Amino acid sequence: MSDPGKIIEIEVLRYNPENDEAPHSTVYKVPFTDDMSVLQGVQYIKDNFDGSLTFRWSCRMAICGSCGMMINGVPKLSCETFLRDYYPNRISLEALAHFPIEKDLVVDWSGFMEKLESVHPYIIPKEKRSPEEGEYLQTPEQFGEYIRYAACINCTLCYSACPQFGLDPDFIGPGALAILHRYNMDSRDGGATRRMELVASEEGVFTCSAAAYCSEVCPKHVDPANAVNINKINASKDYFLRFLRPKGES
Amino acid sequence: MSKRRPYIRPMDGWWKKNPFFIEYVIHESTAFFVLAYALTLLVGLVRLGQGETAWSAWLASLKTPLAIVFHVCLLAGAVYHAFSWFKLMPVTLPPVRIGGRKLRADEIVTGGFVAAVAGAAFIYLLVWGLA
Ligand code: FES
Repeated sequence: MSDPGKIIEIEVLRYNPENDEAPHSTVYKVPFTDDMSVLQGVQYIKDNFDGSLTFRWSCRMAICGSCGMMINGVPKLSCETFLRDYYPNRISLEALAHFPIEKDLVVDWSGFMEKLESVHPYIIPKEKRSPEEGEYLQTPEQFGEYIRYAACINCTLCYSACPQFGLDPDFIGPGALAILHRYNMDSRDGGATRRMELVASEEGVFTCSAAAYCSEVCPKHVDPANAVNINKINASKDYFLRFLRPKGES
Repeated sequence: MSKRRPYIRPMDGWWKKNPFFIEYVIHESTAFFVLAYALTLLVGLVRLGQGETAWSAWLASLKTPLAIVFHVCLLAGAVYHAFSWFKLMPVTLPPVRIGGRKLRADEIVTGGFVAAVAGAAFIYLLVWGLA
């Protein structure tokens, strides 16, 4: 049963680039009901205490990937995290870790967007076909090879879970690499060679030190750590096999 | 003029901020225990090369209480290292298929443990048999 009399303390790391030198915490006392998500908590703050509080959200159902934040230091989607699970303790909210804070709970995602673009996140057909030749067919087994990685919603929680990305912002990172792997594993795709240079590059898979917290926090169970580590093997194979391949092969 | 001034948070002490990272740093550090044992064995090899007196002295030094405590610590570190290593295997291995079926994470971990214990027992029995 929900108890309308309950009040939870929500501590938010605020940052206004126009006035603040550095972020600072503000605590709000928010009345809540058992069905309220953390996102609804911050919406309550915006509506009742401070209209300038800035955060992202859209779907409220864990599919658009925009409402991620650090909740008690753990990257989570705020729309599927409930206030009741933290009450009576205080909740602390902070913008997603390892990204630059744009304002309050909003981070600068432009670096991630560039990385996403760089992995060629689309099918590069193995063989060109005309519509007359019909569709590309795929067996359930072939579908099973990549579907897990296709569940990524680009929420970037994995980047906030990745210490290597925090230490080296150029690391392509778990999310984009999982998406890269998703296309490489697709039987209709022939772009793996084109993506290999990036996989094996300085910013590629070998920056990963297998902390594997990314897979732990992924709300869609994509297992980005597995995608990254499989590609360490792929990149090593590619490196050594090139000495065995006959010269002149494309 | 743009009012943008993205704030980059420092990474200092990142590993102390989350129990997951504390465990990560601990299990990665246990690699030093494995290294220490490898070095100990290497010293033994060098002493063996130096002749019988050196070798016997090395063997005797292993029997001191300090050396025994040292080895117990190394064993504990190495066992924890192995444990964390196998726990991570479902993440680091490509999908393993047996008879067309993908192995579950817990099956891979258990398989790793069983193989490690069996391997250790085999070596132990072999050495025992020789001794
Ligand atoms: S609001 Fe869309 S994922 Fe949370």
